[in-house]
Amino acid sequence: RSPVVFFEVEILDAKTKDKLCFLDKVRVNLFPYPQWYPARQSIRLDPKGKSLKDEDVLQHLPVGTTATFYFRDLGSQISWVTVFLTEYTGPLVIYLMFYFRVPFIYAPKYDFTTSKHWVVHLACMCHSFHYMKRLLETLFVHRFSHGTMPLRNIFKNCTYYWGFAAWMAYYINHPLYTPPIYGEQQIRLALILFLFCQIGNFSIHIALRNLRPPGSKTRKIPYPTKNPFTWIFLLVSCPNYTYELGSWLGFTLMTQCLPVAFFTLVGFIQMTVWAKGKHRSYLKEFRDYPPLRSPILPFIL
Amino acid sequence: MDGWSWAALPAGLALVPPGWKVSPPPLNSTSLPAVRGRLCRPAPGTMASTEEEGTAEEKENNNKKRTKSALATAWLTFYNIAMTAGWLVLAIAMMRFYIQKGTHKGLYRSIARTLKFFQTFALVEVVHCAIGIVRTSVIVTGVQVCSRIFMVWFITNSIRQIQNEESVILFLVVWTVTEITRYSYYTFNLLHHLPYFIKWARYNLFIVLYPLGVIGELLTIYAALPVVRRSGMFSMRLPNKYNVSFDYYYCLIIVMLSYIPLFPQLYFHMLRQRRRMLLGEVIVEKDE
Repeated sequence: RSPVVFFEVEILDAKTKDKLCFLDKVRVNLFPYPQWYPARQSIRLDPKGKSLKDEDVLQHLPVGTTATFYFRDLGSQISWVTVFLTEYTGPLVIYLMFYFRVPFIYAPKYDFTTSKHWVVHLACMCHSFHYMKRLLETLFVHRFSHGTMPLRNIFKNCTYYWGFAAWMAYYINHPLYTPPIYGEQQIRLALILFLFCQIGNFSIHIALRNLRPPGSKTRKIPYPTKNPFTWIFLLVSCPNYTYELGSWLGFTLMTQCLPVAFFTLVGFIQMTVWAKGKHRSYLKEFRDYPPLRSPILPFIL
Repeated sequence: MDGWSWAALPAGLALVPPGWKVSPPPLNSTSLPAVRGRLCRPAPGTMASTEEEGTAEEKENNNKKRTKSALATAWLTFYNIAMTAGWLVLAIAMMRFYIQKGTHKGLYRSIARTLKFFQTFALVEVVHCAIGIVRTSVIVTGVQVCSRIFMVWFITNSIRQIQNEESVILFLVVWTVTEITRYSYYTFNLLHHLPYFIKWARYNLFIVLYPLGVIGELLTIYAALPVVRRSGMFSMRLPNKYNVSFDYYYCLIIVMLSYIPLFPQLYFHMLRQRRRMLLGEVIVEKDE
């Protein structure tokens, strides 16, 4: 007759090492902490280690028959979709307020007037199109691996997006705006670059979505598809960021506005950090990851 | 609760967290004792003593690390001695000027070059943190050094009319005392011979000096405001081909306001350091 193996599990607070919960024979004795809903629970095998995933199975973890877990409170959580929708709606609305020269922004004689430069109208269309695209992608395209993020992120992110949108929009729609030096040529080139990168960015998002069946959280290596805009996967791990950089470079060229250049630079730095992280985790997870790929810029970064 | 489920076990019903699988006991098990073994995972770090010394490559890496840290220590010792000397020179020059001339007018001009040199050189401390030879946060050091650079280059150096203000002398004296204490503390630390009075000075004088220094800096910036407004220095107006504008006057006001959130953070950071270094208190830090 084979002996029965029951699991004993104790859950300790990662900081104070207090015993929060003890499961004997997988029977819960005490659970007095209802405010710590599952999304904000981080359960780990080591106080300073990585969080275990929801899908992890107790029997497959490297523990004996007595398992000790450490609990950490991740703080109030908010869903990724909510954050994205909020942080993208802001720039859309704010830019339009400056474009229509709503009162109290510029001198009263300019209230509700329109710019005499056609590039200003073009810029408004491009900026609005960009954020509409992002909102629609959030609703219909993206498949998120994590459901939630810490609540304080929404304040940080919205300050960044909304702040920069206001700063850029103020100058582009200003009555004293100066159009690009090289005029029509510069604007045309910029528009082509912008549109090219918008389509590219969208193609990458679709390709990434198709990698992952609905509801799953599996990770696969993305490869070029029939769409020529995805052929950049041959050289880059995160081409969505590459195309995003290209779009904003186009917008900078189109408006010839230093705040836009600054926004592009800051965004580029942040995306490079993300791309390097993603590239590193691809390399760790997949032995056969294509060696030719760079994180964000082909051969350079 | 989301995702939790009920599992029926011989002992009763159990609440099972989402994703956890409960292995059902075999039907004929009720009379057998449960196996309560304890298979301990070796704690991280304890395996080292039972492993072999390591490959030749690891030995080479260890050697490289040792030379690097010897080099780092040598450089840091030289750097801290040099900075202590520099600020001592500044202190003596300031005292000499005041004793000889009896006034503070013209004092700034007389030490301006030395001050600019040594204060700017402190930028290298940010690099020390970034490459890891000094274990301090890059951001804390960065903020402190940048605020000093800002005061020296963008206020006192550029706005000549405020160079004879008393508030300038105030923050110069504060900076000098603080820096001499700080750099000599680092020097003695690196040489492993730290006299207690230096440690005492470093972790107690700031309690008075920090606020005094902030007052000196703020008063100086405030005195500079009318000059900046009148002259329109460092400012750019529309229209221009970069489609940007910058008003140094409002920038200074924002800088002054930024002392409100930043100064308490740095001050309490130093207070926490003081409790840890002087009183040996163990403080549970808030996780980032």
